[in-house]
Amino acid sequence: MRIVVDFDLCESNAVCMGIAPEIFEVRDDDFLYVLDENPPESMRAKMEESVQRCPKQAISIAED
Amino acid sequence: MTTTTVIVGASLAGINAARTLRLQGQLGPIVVVDADPERPYDRPPLSKQILTGEWEPEKILLPAGKEDLNLDFRLGTRAKALDLSSRQIILEGPTGAAETSSFDSLVIASGASARRLPDTAGIAGVHVVRTLADSLALRAELDAGPSRVVVIGAGFIGAEVASSCRKRDLDVTLVEALPLPLERVIGAEMGQVCAQVHIENGVDLRLGTGVLQIETSSVDGVERVRAVALSDGTVVEAEVVVVGIGVTVNTQWLEGSGIALDDGVVCDNTLLAAPSIVAAGDIARYPSERFGRVLRVEHWETAIAGGEAAARRLLAEASGETPAVFDPIPWFWSDQYDRKIQLAGRPMPTDECRIVHGTTAEFRFVALYGDGDRLTGVLGMNRPRHVVQLRALFDEGVTFSEACERAAAL
Repeated sequence: MRIVVDFDLCESNAVCMGIAPEIFEVRDDDFLYVLDENPPESMRAKMEESVQRCPKQAISIAED
Repeated sequence: MTTTTVIVGASLAGINAARTLRLQGQLGPIVVVDADPERPYDRPPLSKQILTGEWEPEKILLPAGKEDLNLDFRLGTRAKALDLSSRQIILEGPTGAAETSSFDSLVIASGASARRLPDTAGIAGVHVVRTLADSLALRAELDAGPSRVVVIGAGFIGAEVASSCRKRDLDVTLVEALPLPLERVIGAEMGQVCAQVHIENGVDLRLGTGVLQIETSSVDGVERVRAVALSDGTVVEAEVVVVGIGVTVNTQWLEGSGIALDDGVVCDNTLLAAPSIVAAGDIARYPSERFGRVLRVEHWETAIAGGEAAARRLLAEASGETPAVFDPIPWFWSDQYDRKIQLAGRPMPTDECRIVHGTTAEFRFVALYGDGDRLTGVLGMNRPRHVVQLRALFDEGVTFSEACERAAAL
């Protein structure tokens, strides 16, 4: 799976970072950085939770 | 035997309950009822991107509402009464015709409605912002370029509406009955900071001021707002008035049904209100061990978590599993002008408030709240990373003073 963030929508609420800090990091510049765009399959539940809990619907999972 | 579930409320809590039931394997019918005729949509943009015109309604449709979950949507349909003995709900359909819907299990997620000022029904130019229709009606009036908008109530909705109006370069008067905005939520010190944010953004802020009367004039036979008379004796001329004075829970249909009500639906700590009946979202009142009191939380994230938990509660009941306790850390955000305010936890306004990062002067800081040595809240202004990291401390059980030390090291 590949994590896709729409950075035009993302407004750095950092909810995803709360769920999976090993994948999502909001830094001091207030921007979100995706630390691993291809997280291991073991992270799928957390990735799906991040998609559901993003207040801006900015995160999606691509299967490729 | 297949189970029929009725969910009253197609907003965030209801739709997430439906989604969870389906994904967890419920095969029987899921009927989703909502008085709002619109497909399920997200509310936070109603006071922001929809009002400013940046987004069109299509953009706020909830993803779960667009998924193929085989849900039986009854939109534009109002729940009128619950009959527990026959396990039926009396509904009023879009045409006003009465219908009934039988259920084996029920999710109560009928939410809340915007409070209105008394004696203002039918006055043109007076708005609330709760539904998509509300937001679009207000937007149409803002498009016409009113000379001044008066916003009554400087809570989160009022503050965001004021912000959206300022983004449109409209003159705004923001009226708040309390001495400081949000004082009952975040205390006086932080309320003062929020007041300053409004002032810096050119809002005419009237604190400690009540509304005496909405003054009207008749234009082409239509009674329309002309001005707002305030308790300080001033009269503010306004072509548009927005009322943001909180909500009342939509429990009318449950009165006399046998479901316990107390400014919401009284649930246990698993969101169960009665056998096979759960509640979620703005309407659910549940005991929080974490905060040592009964809570009714109107936050976006709590609605999602509550919908999911309520669905799992029903499934646990059916399977005989031990149900999970519902006690999340409340969290919300509010975007006002170029500031993002986030609060995790549930402080009391009298709790000690300590700035642990940044300064209020630069409107970029983190404050922690404590009751004795118990951490009760994390407030951030334009500090999302810190808020999310410090929110985790609630589950670590650290003391207030430890939390302050940890925060300083972030």
